Amino acid sequence: MAIAEPKIVYQRPTSLATRVTHYCPGCTHGVAHRLIAEVLDEMELREKTIGVAPVGCSVFAYNYFDHDYVEAAHGRAPAMATGIKRMLPKNTVYTYQGDGDLASIGMAEIMHAAARGENITVVFINNAIYGMTGGQMAPTTLPGMVTTSSPGGRDIESMGYPVRMAEILSTLDGAGYVVRRSLHDPNNIRKAKKAIRLAFETQERGLGFSLVELLSSCPTNWKLSPVDALQFIEDKMIPMFPLGDYKVNPEIGKLRV
Amino acid sequence: MAIKGWIEVDELHCKGCGLCVAACPQNVMSLDMERLTPKGYHPVHLHADGCTGCGICAIVCPDAALTVFREAKIKA
Ligand SMILES: Cc1ncc(C[n+]2csc(CCOP(=O)(O)OP(=O)(O)O)c2C)c(N)n1
Ligand code: SF4
Ligand code: SF4
Repeated sequence: MAIAEPKIVYQRPTSLATRVTHYCPGCTHGVAHRLIAEVLDEMELREKTIGVAPVGCSVFAYNYFDHDYVEAAHGRAPAMATGIKRMLPKNTVYTYQGDGDLASIGMAEIMHAAARGENITVVFINNAIYGMTGGQMAPTTLPGMVTTSSPGGRDIESMGYPVRMAEILSTLDGAGYVVRRSLHDPNNIRKAKKAIRLAFETQERGLGFSLVELLSSCPTNWKLSPVDALQFIEDKMIPMFPLGDYKVNPEIGKLRV
Repeated sequence: MAIKGWIEVDELHCKGCGLCVAACPQNVMSLDMERLTPKGYHPVHLHADGCTGCGICAIVCPDAALTVFREAKIKA
């Protein structure tokens, strides 16, 4: 006789703390957190992982993960991670940074950490806006996009073009793994998780700097519903920030995870 | 119809964002407008049979508020 017994298909990862996040409903910062925690669980890295939190909406990331965390000054997470990793090379060290943090005030730190080939991992949240401070224009803001500091839409003539960080960083010899993924639907979320896994695998193998850029939503400052914000990523952000593998160390390219 | 899958909603974490509602391939999820979570959101619930335990809702949930179960047949 066949009897039925429940099987758990999904449960909250243990590397995620039980605390409720302060993120707005539907903000995909939470999805990125979940994926990192799932990967740390799967690779059994929680005990030796040190995260470096940014300034931005994810400033409290240290409260949301159940592993060691430190807080960096705005944009300086890659510098802090460099110091930690050099002193504690056996530990797994990653930064979690928004686009204002990484591509604006922290542009120098990220470029040189990648150029030096620091053996750290960076999870880069590109939501095309400064979320925490009220929706100002970021270096990643799309042409024509309305923000509180570009109320008439980003004007390319006076405000310049968005920067594509994954492409830029992939040109540096110190980079071992640089890709862009998106968090807008289940299939892409699965691919994003795999990329985070491969970024940590890069670090564990000592293959240099690794970065996963994630296209992420900010429903509050985009003034869209959570569901419409995901559509905005698909329709508006992906054409400007194409998904893809910009640099993959051949050893990582061969891995099956 | 026999239940094949079901979810448990952690009402402390659910923020009623509706991303799971939009992603559910069976269209059996909705916000429960009769209830409020401790934070004041309408939590998600299953309003009909038909959940297969596919786990897609949990993949899109930003707050890891869902545990997903599926009936597993064990041969006796
Ligand atoms: C030295 C310094 N300059 C400026 C600020 C103000 N500030 C706080 S967060 C932020 C940008 C955050 O945007 P982003 O990194 O894109 O993260 P998000 O909030 O969108 O997740 C700025 C400019 C600050 N806190 N410290
Ligand atoms: S302001 Fe934007 S980025 Fe910040 S938590 Fe809210 S939705 Fe997320
Ligand atoms: S996706 Fe998560 S937080 Fe949003 S309504 Fe569903 S269970 Fe609640």
